[in-house]
Amino acid sequence: MKRFKNIRLIAWLSAVLVLVFFAVPATAVQPKQRNLILATTTSTQDTGLLDVLIPIFEKKTGFFVKTIAVGSGQAMAMGQKGEADVLLVHSQEAEKKFIAEGNGINRRLVMHNDFIIVGPPGDPAKIRGTKKAAEAFKKIAAANAIFMSRGDNSGTHAKEKAIWKTAGINPEGQKWYQQTGLGMGQTLSVSAEKKTYTLADRGTYLALKKNLGLDTLVEGDAVLLNIYHVIEVNPAKWPKVNAAGAKAFADFMVSKQTQKIIKTFGVDKYGSPLFFPDAGKKEELLGK
Amino acid sequence: MDIIIEGIKQAFILLFTFDPEVLGITLLSLEVSGTATLISLLIGISVGTTVALTRFPGRQLVVSLINTGMGLPPVVVGLFVTIFLWRNGPLGELEILYTPTAIVIAQAIIATPIVTGITLAAIQHLPKNLRLQILALGATRIQMVWILVKEAKLPLLAAVMAGFGSVISEVGASIMVGGNIKGYSRVLTTATVMETGKGNFDIAIALGVILLVISFMINAVLTQIQQRERPR
Repeated sequence: MKRFKNIRLIAWLSAVLVLVFFAVPATAVQPKQRNLILATTTSTQDTGLLDVLIPIFEKKTGFFVKTIAVGSGQAMAMGQKGEADVLLVHSQEAEKKFIAEGNGINRRLVMHNDFIIVGPPGDPAKIRGTKKAAEAFKKIAAANAIFMSRGDNSGTHAKEKAIWKTAGINPEGQKWYQQTGLGMGQTLSVSAEKKTYTLADRGTYLALKKNLGLDTLVEGDAVLLNIYHVIEVNPAKWPKVNAAGAKAFADFMVSKQTQKIIKTFGVDKYGSPLFFPDAGKKEELLGK
Repeated sequence: MDIIIEGIKQAFILLFTFDPEVLGITLLSLEVSGTATLISLLIGISVGTTVALTRFPGRQLVVSLINTGMGLPPVVVGLFVTIFLWRNGPLGELEILYTPTAIVIAQAIIATPIVTGITLAAIQHLPKNLRLQILALGATRIQMVWILVKEAKLPLLAAVMAGFGSVISEVGASIMVGGNIKGYSRVLTTATVMETGKGNFDIAIALGVILLVISFMINAVLTQIQQRERPR
């Protein structure tokens, strides 16, 4: 009887072992360099654009795209360490620095939309209709109205900091200046809940509008342009990067077919496009 | 309130129409967390039993470490696993960052101290003389350990539940090491976070309800097994 029990123990243990060893590699084994890591901003995922584009790209090229949706800042940090193959980001100054430091190559214009300043319909700081974003920020500061910042080094956060700089205000540490450290969608939700102002990209705002109850208060200022670029991580610096896949994805993003999809994406659902395709255009001419 | 009712309705629609995406996410959650729990049981029960039955210098410290590990913050585990699995990290050659395997590893690390700690307490709680009695009856060491483990069955099943419960509901590490990739490494918790970010609260609630239902069913089965024996 005792020996029988021992056998049962061994059988049980080996069953578990077999299970473990089969369950793990079954999901893990992927051919080399088929995987392509795309580090991007939350807005491209939260609007659903990538859910449309990625399957087309995968079908066309056979690459398997691993989309890691983080802020533009973190996306570039991943690229800087060679932990991503291709980036789709919107943080002009940081991108230029990224390229200048030799971390990325072939920075190409993909599309744009714009940032808007949103806030509660009551508009306590009376910024509605203000032409200049910096003016609106000054009014918010003067009124001590709460402003919700992303605070996560994302493209939106970088833009926001640039506007504060133009306005000549340092909001850090101010009582009315709060930071969420979250993505755009969540920051909008927090902002709606606490009835505060925030800077948002129009795409994410439109996608979430139905639940928010926040109004678009300031729009149309040239500094509010939100421009997305695709950047391939420099394979000369990081030999493990999937350079072929990165190039294929970047080419795909600026291809005629993709640009056409971007142009009409969201029109059926939100009544207006979320992004405007810009491949091949000059950045300086955007919004003119 | 409407949104919660809408979410629960949505959950049942998604569940009973076998929505392929939700089904895939649910199965992956079960597979990943189930595998992680199995690994943690294997390591946790062996280590827990060994530490419980032996005396060695520094044992106090080891026990303290295990007990601290029971409260290991998942995001910290996620961070370390990410750094180790980076392409240019120490284990980069494996190329398993942003795969379900990476989630299994992180979750196993989270669950192992929990299982170890509970096992340790359970075995140590057995009457001291039981060991001597078993050995006196002529059992080998392995047989003795096996009998002790069987004696501690009730608390050990609690260890299974605690381990599985901690990993199936865990989100911080899963999103960091798995990447929440659609149709590949997206599990119930990470999908819930994403849908919340997208403002699709009804789907987020639906996923939450599915997670709760699954947790309940698994725990109900385990509790059934645990309580089958009449209390002594």
